[in-house]
Amino acid sequence: MNEKHPMDYLLREDRIPHIWCPGCGIGSSVSCFIMALEESGLDLKKVAVVSGIGCTGRVAGYVKLDSFHTTHGRAIPFATGLALANPDLKVIVYSGDGDLIAIGGNHFIHAARRNVNMTVICINNFLYAMTGGQVGPTTPLFAKASTSPYGNFEQPFNLVHLAAASGAVYVARWTALHLRRLTKAMVEAFKKKGFSFIEVISPCPTSYARRNRLGDGLAQMKFYHDNSIIRHGADPKDTDIGFQTKIVVGKFIDKERPDHYTFMTQELEKVTGGKK
Amino acid sequence: MLLSSLGEKKMKYWRKPLDADKVKVPHGTVRIVKDRCKGCGFCVEYCPRNVLEISDEFNVKGYHPPYVKNEEDCVNCGLCELICPEFAIYSILEEELEEKDEQ
Repeated sequence: MNEKHPMDYLLREDRIPHIWCPGCGIGSSVSCFIMALEESGLDLKKVAVVSGIGCTGRVAGYVKLDSFHTTHGRAIPFATGLALANPDLKVIVYSGDGDLIAIGGNHFIHAARRNVNMTVICINNFLYAMTGGQVGPTTPLFAKASTSPYGNFEQPFNLVHLAAASGAVYVARWTALHLRRLTKAMVEAFKKKGFSFIEVISPCPTSYARRNRLGDGLAQMKFYHDNSIIRHGADPKDTDIGFQTKIVVGKFIDKERPDHYTFMTQELEKVTGGKK
Repeated sequence: MLLSSLGEKKMKYWRKPLDADKVKVPHGTVRIVKDRCKGCGFCVEYCPRNVLEISDEFNVKGYHPPYVKNEEDCVNCGLCELICPEFAIYSILEEELEEKDEQ
């Protein structure tokens, strides 16, 4: 393993090969992430990556940046602390749907409501993959999981709608196959002041695809290729994902709103007259 | 390699582009870190020039890594590098091939 890869300078090589299964899309999204960091020209000493628990939660352990692997669901509270304590820091939360939306759902909506200055990249593989494929809050209706052998009969969250309704200033959704567009979206999100959210639909060959007999990772990628509809600026409430239905992708929200720290300090200054 | 000669080989144009003799197609060399590969086949499937193919050999983990089948066709687009979940493949730009005047 002496051969080098151009992205190795941002990877903790002693941790590679990573734990993700063959055909998983998380690795592809990390490639896009590294490419986006390069393209955005951010000072890498001022970038912090925070992850929670789960398959995607491993990302913080694989990138050679200031990173932290938090407890389950608490990536956003930790990142909020980072963003408030050091406003110069570019805080990136990189985690999965089970972590960010299920156990960390409350933190997610409140960080979006406050417009905390951070970028949240949520890899959505439709269930809790690492723990054995249990139903999550994003599992589409009628999809099978290990805890729903007859199909899931609970209405799932639409993550982009949730983020947009909670007040995120940048909301986009791409699949793990939209590599260039995903990279571009990440660059845009990094440059955005406030709460930016990117949902990445990713194949999960071991848990989701196997239970639902959807083939391997490549088959799921082909499904994304055939069934993704790019619709920029679409109303997020029309972008529900059903079981094996069309996936509406694109950039849905890109607006301006004062971020939490700036707004707070500015309003506080008005009240206190600059006294501390 | 000239775009026009490449065009005849791979793509059909409804008319010859006006700057066909000026545009040079870059040429890349694909490098594969075989022992990192987990054989997902993404690079083989999505290489826009069909440069790669799954080989019969095994790597240390027991997967079949891809090999470069059509070396000449790589245009250094970098998609393989971006899609590979294992950070196991990349391409580097080669000095452009000597321009051949075909006229």
